[in-house]
Amino acid sequence: MPVSDELLFVFMLGSLLLGAILSYVLQKKPHISILMGYSFASLASLSGIILGPTLLLSERSLEIILPWSIFGTALQFSVDPLTAFFITVISVLGLSASIFSYGYARAYIGKQNVGVLGLFYNLFILSMLALVSSSNTFMFLFFWEIMSLVSYFLVVFEHQDSRVRRAGFIYIVMTHIGTAFLIIAFLLLYKETGSYLLFSQYAGISQNLSPTMKSVIFILVTLGFGTKAGIVPLHIWLPKAHPAAPSNVSALMSGIMLKTAIYGFIRITFGVLGTGPLWWGVLILIIGAVSALLGVMYALMEHDIKRLLAYHSVENIGIILLGIGSALIFVSDGRHHLAMIGLTAGLFHTFNHAVFKGLLFLGAGAVHYATHTRDIEEMGGLLKRMPWTGFFFLIGSISISAIPPFNGFASEWMTFQSLLGLGTANLGAGINIMGPVLAAALALTGALAAACFVKAFGIMFLALPRSTKAEKAKEVPRTMLVGMGLLASLCFLFGVVPSLVIDLLSPVTASLLSVVTIQMGGYRWLAITSLIEQGTVLGATSISPVIILTVLMLSALSVYLIFNRFGKFRNTRIDETWNCGVAQTSNMEYTATSFSKPIRIMFRAILRPTRKIEKEYVLKPYFTSRIKYKGGIKPFFEDTLYRPQFKFFLKLANKFTVLQSGSIQLYLSYIFVTLVVLLIFAR
Amino acid sequence: MLREAAVGAYQMLLIVLFAPLLTGIIKKTKAFFQTRKGPSVFQPYYDLYKYMQKESVVSEHASWIFRVTPHIYLTSMLMAAAIVPVVATKSFLGFTGDLILIIYLFALARFFLALAGLDAGSAFGGMGSSREMAVAAISEPAFMLPLFTMAVAAGTTNLTGIVQSVINGGEGVLTLAHLMSFVALFIVAVAETGRIPVDNPDTHLELTMIHEGMMLEYSGKNLALLSVAVSIKQLLIFTLLVNIFFPWGIASVFGIGALILGTLVFILKVTVIGIIMAIVETSFAKTRLFKVPDLLLGSFLIGLIGLVSKFVFRG
Repeated sequence: MPVSDELLFVFMLGSLLLGAILSYVLQKKPHISILMGYSFASLASLSGIILGPTLLLSERSLEIILPWSIFGTALQFSVDPLTAFFITVISVLGLSASIFSYGYARAYIGKQNVGVLGLFYNLFILSMLALVSSSNTFMFLFFWEIMSLVSYFLVVFEHQDSRVRRAGFIYIVMTHIGTAFLIIAFLLLYKETGSYLLFSQYAGISQNLSPTMKSVIFILVTLGFGTKAGIVPLHIWLPKAHPAAPSNVSALMSGIMLKTAIYGFIRITFGVLGTGPLWWGVLILIIGAVSALLGVMYALMEHDIKRLLAYHSVENIGIILLGIGSALIFVSDGRHHLAMIGLTAGLFHTFNHAVFKGLLFLGAGAVHYATHTRDIEEMGGLLKRMPWTGFFFLIGSISISAIPPFNGFASEWMTFQSLLGLGTANLGAGINIMGPVLAAALALTGALAAACFVKAFGIMFLALPRSTKAEKAKEVPRTMLVGMGLLASLCFLFGVVPSLVIDLLSPVTASLLSVVTIQMGGYRWLAITSLIEQGTVLGATSISPVIILTVLMLSALSVYLIFNRFGKFRNTRIDETWNCGVAQTSNMEYTATSFSKPIRIMFRAILRPTRKIEKEYVLKPYFTSRIKYKGGIKPFFEDTLYRPQFKFFLKLANKFTVLQSGSIQLYLSYIFVTLVVLLIFAR
Repeated sequence: MLREAAVGAYQMLLIVLFAPLLTGIIKKTKAFFQTRKGPSVFQPYYDLYKYMQKESVVSEHASWIFRVTPHIYLTSMLMAAAIVPVVATKSFLGFTGDLILIIYLFALARFFLALAGLDAGSAFGGMGSSREMAVAAISEPAFMLPLFTMAVAAGTTNLTGIVQSVINGGEGVLTLAHLMSFVALFIVAVAETGRIPVDNPDTHLELTMIHEGMMLEYSGKNLALLSVAVSIKQLLIFTLLVNIFFPWGIASVFGIGALILGTLVFILKVTVIGIIMAIVETSFAKTRLFKVPDLLLGSFLIGLIGLVSKFVFRG
């Protein structure tokens, strides 16, 4: 019933709008405001979860024209497979974050205006849904800007803190630099075609574009979307903005707002520009590898849990780009069936990252809710105090570290396969060598991510509490646990049955690459399969997480049964930790800083650690009364890339102060002169 | 089908039963080079029996992570043992597992052991975890690159496929790329099995230990589980080393004769690798922790030379 699909779509956007309005209107009654705001957001997300997969599985598209227009452009939405997929991603995270917010937003009652939070929260999801459903470039930019502004207001929600305002400022500046690139790109498209065409119509016209023009547009969209996605070195806003926002919003920002940039990139490169030269893919692969590696290395150095997670978003965007980049290379060579693997890997990881990063940010929010701190050095022992939050956070940590049998492994496995596919492709020795080397870089990224999450989980949840804040922590309200639990079970489900997502993706890749998914093997629904080209033969490699999990369970069970039968003792004895005879206290524990020390030293050429030691003496130089140690890493990109530019512009602006005398007569004469000049020259 | 499953189960069993013996052989060889008599090669089995009879002591600060870790560690090693071809080209789950999965199963085990190291709150455990994760991070690309070179040559990451393609290639596969990749992987094997010059398996001295630091709090049955699992991991890495690069002698068919031959050849090959490992251990001093990256970077570069030579010289 196509009518009901359209209805569902309008209902989805409508309930978000309603949620936004109600939440704001009812701000005097915060409890009702929260209930209304997040109920409508959940309702909208539920309809998105129904709508997206239904459209994908039935391979239908939607065209919806609303009876309004923005600046003369009709409000026309179109939902093709790519859009339907992103609606699914947004809705899944939207639902979990909204359920989580019931409990989480209560913490703000009496401190902040929860009505405003609900307003922007709903508008934020609405703008993202509208953005991915936009049918033309004008609407796309319109909702892109709405999304940026709304997310800015959410970042500065706790605006009483000057650091939050500063983070917001950097965010809004960076995001507008990105938008500027996009506007230029879209204006170039407009100039070539003469109208704000639908994305679907651009595709036909792009063949007439000159190769140089295509490449110029490609570079512009890479920079524009790259800023939003947070590729290195355009990532600097990300670790500042994400921690500043409330955690339910951080989850949405990191989980799906960054992905709208991935959406836009795929829409323009695969959907509009089509086949490009080989170097496009190579460029994206290099950007991906650099972002992945630097992202995870910087993450390791953080001990603010939300900043740590934000850097991991940089890493995961890099991993997504590794999949997409290899797809671009295969497309340039006309090997669409191999490009399918790379694109599927990228999009699958997009979904997975939304799920596990959403989960981790919600977990960080829950921990902050319980301990009122984001510094992991002050935590510890939380697993005993918050068993469910800890369990869900552990699942998120395992998933993001790409450890089987969870979802991160499934998509990274496909990314590995698509990179190795470059190794056998007939594209010259350079590409052949690049593929496996990048795969090794991905392996390094995965191992560093695992190190980072051993640190994060171990320091936060295990051993003894390091402060009274952590000692007094209690488990969070049930709604918050449900929100996290939903995402945690998806981490597991997508890891064990990856075909759930891969089947949703096959219409997407089919529509973008015009290849039909190849049926592989008899047990395809159980497995993830990859193709690799050897000479002229296509070989397939597959693994089946379900079978793996079954055997894992069986062997775990038999190990347990066998080992439990043997020996004299059935029970374990609880006793002190062995500590050379000294009573254990929490300041003997390893800290996050000391945990990451070996890595800080091993990668010192990249991370540039700094240390400052101040000593106060009772009797110099033998008896010290106090030692103060301050360590950190140099903000390399801020110092080398941004500060010089900033200084330059400041200098330039200072030069112009001569024009600014402060007399209103002079300013009026400026306006007059400008008017005259314009009248003469610009007719 | 049944025959395949039986052969698969036999290979898993062989790995599990032979793994402690290999640890014993390495210990004995080291003792020989240190002009000691050394414990019997069967000592690891006696140790296991002893641990089983002892009570497990768990720290009062530890959580359930500490208790499940030995089970998870052993289970993931068993899983990996089900994928690696040992005496025959086909393993129990070879059709559905590949080398990427094996390496990530190792990662699963390591992840939990490192958490367990932090769980009791002792600084020794934390030190071990921190070092283990750092060394593992830099050894991972060096571990993967040579395997990828072989995978690309075979056109699949499936281990059965790789082994088969090396066998099919005959002596022609013994190229520079092949040998370089072997050397690179051998160096990584030293790090992954926690041996000198990267780690010292025989010490509980806080300045030198990595792996032992994480296991310090374990006792009784839990320790037995972990010890068995660690020796299985060691044997699996040696198996990868010999069967991917020198698979000759492995049974391609499931005949009894081929299997017996395959078993004998396999035991011979991994014993040789074990003895070489022992010689390496006795002839080097343990390097400082922060020199370990140089060693692994060297291994990565050797692997890279292997990869480059494969494409540049086409052989």
